[in-house]
Amino acid sequence: MAQLKQPSDKMGMHTEQLAGRTQQIFFSSSEEENFTYPTSYEVDFDQQAEFDAANMDISAINIKLRDLMQKGYGTITVKNPGAKHSLGVGILNRLNLIFEGSLGYFGCGLIDGPNVHIKGRVGWSCAENMMSGTIVVEKNAGSTFGAALRGGDLVCKGDVGSRTGINQKGGTIIVGGDVGMNTGFMMQRGRMILLGNAGPNLGDSMYDGLIFIAGEIHSLGIDAIEGELTDIDKQWLTHKLSIYGMKMPHGIDSFTKVVSGKQLWNYDNLEPAEKKLVL
Amino acid sequence: MCGIAGVIHKGSSANIGQQMTSMLHALNHRGPDSAGFALYGSTGQSKHIIRFKVAEREELETGFDIHRKIEERKAGVELRLQELGADVESMEKATEYAYRCVFDHYGDMRKLADYIEDIKGVEILSLGSSLELIKDLGSAQEVASEYSLGSFQGTHAIGHTRMATESDVDIRSAHPYWAYPYNDIAVVHNGQLTNYWSSRRALEHKGHRFKSDCDSELIAVYIAAKLEQGISLKDAMHGSVGELDGVFTYLVATHDSLGMAKDTMAAKPVVLYESDDFIAMASEEVAIRSIFPHEIDTTDPIEGEVRVWHN
Repeated sequence: MAQLKQPSDKMGMHTEQLAGRTQQIFFSSSEEENFTYPTSYEVDFDQQAEFDAANMDISAINIKLRDLMQKGYGTITVKNPGAKHSLGVGILNRLNLIFEGSLGYFGCGLIDGPNVHIKGRVGWSCAENMMSGTIVVEKNAGSTFGAALRGGDLVCKGDVGSRTGINQKGGTIIVGGDVGMNTGFMMQRGRMILLGNAGPNLGDSMYDGLIFIAGEIHSLGIDAIEGELTDIDKQWLTHKLSIYGMKMPHGIDSFTKVVSGKQLWNYDNLEPAEKKLVL
Repeated sequence: MCGIAGVIHKGSSANIGQQMTSMLHALNHRGPDSAGFALYGSTGQSKHIIRFKVAEREELETGFDIHRKIEERKAGVELRLQELGADVESMEKATEYAYRCVFDHYGDMRKLADYIEDIKGVEILSLGSSLELIKDLGSAQEVASEYSLGSFQGTHAIGHTRMATESDVDIRSAHPYWAYPYNDIAVVHNGQLTNYWSSRRALEHKGHRFKSDCDSELIAVYIAAKLEQGISLKDAMHGSVGELDGVFTYLVATHDSLGMAKDTMAAKPVVLYESDDFIAMASEEVAIRSIFPHEIDTTDPIEGEVRVWHN
C-alpha cells in the first residue's frame, strides 16, 4: 500500500473557488488518510516498457499495466489497443502512459495522477471521474468526454460528441474541434476551452465553472449566460493552450466566456423550513 | 442495449457475410438474445428472393407433430407461388424451419406476400430482388454458421445483436425488420420509441400492417410508407427524427442505399468510418476494428444527424 506524497493543493485539486452554498465542504489536505490508495505504485519514469495489446483482452491489458507499474516501470507504451473498452482505468499514481492507437468506451476512467497520451481516438466516457494528471487525445472523442471530471487536464485535439464535461466538478477540458449538444451540462466546477463550435444548449443548468469558446454557439442552455472576458482569463487561456501546443483559431479576443446565471432554484439560499415561511 | 452495424461498398461487392459476422461478433456483449443480418447480394433485378420460416425454433422441441406441419407449410408456400404464376428457380432449406426461394414473378408482390403469409405458421422474413434477411436466436457466429453466411457476396449489409427489453425473445422480435410488403427495405435499431403505439395506430389506419410488437418494426414501416409516397430515403429519415419520439440510432438499407439516423438527444452511440470506396458504422468502434485491424480515423455522428450512402 502506497501513499501519494503530494498534498492535493499542490496537485492542483483545489484551484477553484466555489460559489454554491451546498458545495462548500472541503476535506483537509493535511489528513493523510484522505490520500491513501490501496493500489498506487512508486514508479521510475526512466524505466520504460512496451507491449502489444492486439491479441489481449481488456482484463489482460489492465493487469499487464498493473504488473509493470508494480515492477517500477514509469513509462509504458501500449501498441495496438484496438479501440477496446475500459483500458488504462483506475491508475492511481504518476505514470507516463502512451496508447499507440484508439480506445473504446470508458478509457482512462477513475484515474488519479498519470499523464496519458492517446495517439488515436476515444469512445464514449473517456476520463470519467478523473482526479488528476493529463490525458491528450490526438484524434476525435465520443460523447460524455470527461464526465464528472474532478481534476487534471483532459485534451482532445479533434471533435467531441455530445454532453462533453457533463457534471464536471473540476479540472480543465480542452477541445480543439467542435463539441455536440449539452456540452457543460450541469457543470459544477472547473474550466472548459472549446476552440471550435458548440451544439445546442451549451452550459445548460451549469452551477458554476467557466466555459471559454472560440467558435460559434448554436444556443446557450438554461441559466448559461455570457460573462466578461478578463485579462486574467486571457493570460490563463494563452498559457494553458501553449502547454498543449494548441493554437487559437481567431486570436484571444475571439473567445466568448460562458458562466452560470445562477437564477435556478438551487441558488435560493433559504433552507426548506424558511421557504415554507416565505411561501 | 443492442448492437447495430452496417457496411456499404461503393461500386463493388465483397464478402459482406463474413464482414457482418465479424462485426456482430464484436458486438455480442451488447445483446446475446438473437442476431440478424440483412444482406444485399448482387443477383440483379430480374429474380426475386424470398426468405421465410415455417416455425419458431422452440416449436421443434415442444410442437406436436411439428415436422409434418413444417413439410405441409412449405408445400403450401410452393403451391401458392405456383398458383400466382411464380416460376420457382430454386427452393433451399436454410434450417429445419427456414427456406430461401428464388423465383421469377411479374405480378403484384403485395398480393403474393399476403397470400403466402395467409398460411398458418408461415412468416416471410424478406422479399426482394437483392435483400436476404436472416435472423435467429443465438450469437452472430451461431446464426451465420447455421445459415452458411460465411461467403455471402454483396454490396451492403446491416446487422443487429439483440438484448430483448420491449418484447419477447423469438425470431419474430429479432432484427432486422423487413418493411412488409415493400421490396428490399430493412431496418436495425438500437433504442426505444416512446410514441410507438400512437404512431403504429396511425400507420395501421392507413393500411400498413405490423407483424410484431417490437417498436423497431415501426421504423421500417414508417420509412416504407414514406418511400411509397415518393419521398426520398433521406427526407423520410429526416422526417423520422422529428416524428419518432424516444432515443434511437437506426440503420436502414434499400436495394442500393444505406442510411443512418440518430435521435435529437444523441443518446445512442454509433461510430462511423468513411473512405472513398467503403463505409462502415457500428455501435462500437471495436466492431469496425474487427474488419480493419490497422489504425483508422473514425467519427461520432452528432444529434439528429442523418446520412445516406449509395453503392
